[in-house]
Amino acid sequence: MLYFIEQCLNGVQLGMLLFLLAAGLTLIFGIMDLVNLAHGSLYMLGAYFAATFAEATDSFVIGAILALAATFVSGVVLEIIAIRPLYGRNHLDHVLGTFGILIFFNDLVRLIWGPAGMTLSLPSEMLNAVQVIPGIYYPVYRLVIIAVSLAVGALLYFTVMRTRLGMLIRAGASNREMVGALGINIKLLYTLVFGLGAALAGFAGLMQAPILMVQIGMGENILILAFVVIIIGGVGSIRGAFVASILVGLIDTIGRAFVPDMLRSVLNASGASTLGPALASMLIYVLMAGILVFRPEGLFPAATR
Amino acid sequence: MKSAITPRNAVAGGLLIVLALLPVYASWTGNVFAMTLFTRIIIMAIAAVSLDLIMGYGGMVSFGHAAYLGIGAYAVGILWKEGIASGFLQWPVAIGASALFALIVGALSLRTRGIYFIMITLAFAQMAYYAALGMDRYGGDDGMTIRQRSQFAGLLDLNNRTLFYYLCFAILIGSIFLVSRIVNSRFGLVIRGARSNERRMRAIGFPVFRYRLVCFVIAGALCGLAGALLANHTNFVSPAMMFWTRSGDLMVYVVLGGLGTPFGPLIGTATFLLLEEGLSRVTEYSGLFLGPGLLLVALYLRGGIEGLFGGARRG
Repeated sequence: MLYFIEQCLNGVQLGMLLFLLAAGLTLIFGIMDLVNLAHGSLYMLGAYFAATFAEATDSFVIGAILALAATFVSGVVLEIIAIRPLYGRNHLDHVLGTFGILIFFNDLVRLIWGPAGMTLSLPSEMLNAVQVIPGIYYPVYRLVIIAVSLAVGALLYFTVMRTRLGMLIRAGASNREMVGALGINIKLLYTLVFGLGAALAGFAGLMQAPILMVQIGMGENILILAFVVIIIGGVGSIRGAFVASILVGLIDTIGRAFVPDMLRSVLNASGASTLGPALASMLIYVLMAGILVFRPEGLFPAATR
Repeated sequence: MKSAITPRNAVAGGLLIVLALLPVYASWTGNVFAMTLFTRIIIMAIAAVSLDLIMGYGGMVSFGHAAYLGIGAYAVGILWKEGIASGFLQWPVAIGASALFALIVGALSLRTRGIYFIMITLAFAQMAYYAALGMDRYGGDDGMTIRQRSQFAGLLDLNNRTLFYYLCFAILIGSIFLVSRIVNSRFGLVIRGARSNERRMRAIGFPVFRYRLVCFVIAGALCGLAGALLANHTNFVSPAMMFWTRSGDLMVYVVLGGLGTPFGPLIGTATFLLLEEGLSRVTEYSGLFLGPGLLLVALYLRGGIEGLFGGARRG
């Protein structure tokens, strides 16, 4: 039971990271109608920036803040140079163009930081575990991830739903010509949204960096998970992305932790150890396929952005 | 009927002649590497031809096509591991298994449209990837070396490089011919009609879903055959063959060459793989050039290389 609760916490933590990625992805898709495969590259950039700046400044927090700014700037520059001409093209062009950007960034990072990968170490007070409920010790850092991501999510929701900028963003999503005709600089708005998405992705990358290795291609697996999240949640819906992130995070983590054991009670040991991990990693894709068959537009169709 | 000698036909014909004569050149100069590279180009071109059938002509943007390649290859690998080396069994199983997978994927995903279709096909391919990753008996993460090529009861010896090359080449020509026959048949007209205007095709009474599904399965089966060839070519199977970036590569080949054209997939595959090979000799960081190149293709070369010869037919 204690193990189960611990795995649930891990699942929520993964879910929160996925949410940071998926929120940017779904905003960019919902507003600019752009399929962005390069989102995972920005996640990777965030992690590399954080590792570099933290090493230079000897402070995790300052490094993280600088990295956040750097990914925002990278996102803005990328949007102006490469993404802007893709707006209004069909999805196949988006897939191809941003796939090219992904290939570019992989080799650019290899050129700048070398092929070896990096590590980002945490300040010592983050390494401890605290007692969350009696009997369960949980790493402080993972709790920090959950709390900070929740705060960012709340801030994002507030920005989109309650501020003037958010109003413009929502208006741009439903009718970009009309917003442009009313004298709003829609190009600048798009650049800002892309930069915001990039910063969110970079944030997810730098938060994940101390737990996993910082390496080339680190964004490619998690990008697909983020896509699964926004498809399940309904493309363009931040609320849907939030619910689906936690769902995917929980199912993936708990599946990996328990499916092999559950199989062992049905099958023989060798069969279970072969099938178990594979089945567990397939669970979320089965979930996504199932949801799409019954609700082709996802759980929260984008009417409620 | 247009004149037979147009720039387009000249390029396609020239490429075919080069491919047909390559083994002569290779055996003359003893260039084994060129044989390996071009055999790979031909096999990947077969996969690209099969993707073009659904993506170019049918408008079904499948982002999981590498899964069929992997399933075909794994069919050969798994049967070999279990002691069945006969190609008469391995290859039909490769084709059948990928057709079956395409049937399941198609039946579920063809209900969705647009970005959802792209992503659900991607998700199914990732499922196949993780399934292969979990198969410890067949190498798991590391993949598996296949120590024996498919046996054809003494009729064909696939260890003979030249013979294997020409076998692949013949299958490529056969696939291009098959696909052009399909798309110009009544069946193909329904598929192409549904790409331009699905509602109208349904209104005149065609069960579009079923037509598309059959088309999807044909493409999957053909790609499975390419997978069986690939396993024989590299003597190796691994989950990485099915990772989503591989599916992206296949899409790149097709679009680079020219969507919905008979020779586009071959031209695109040859161009990309040769460019990649050439660049990798000059620089360690070929992606710095290939990536922006792809973006430019997506932006400005809408008909692919085929489209450069005028009268681009991209929808």
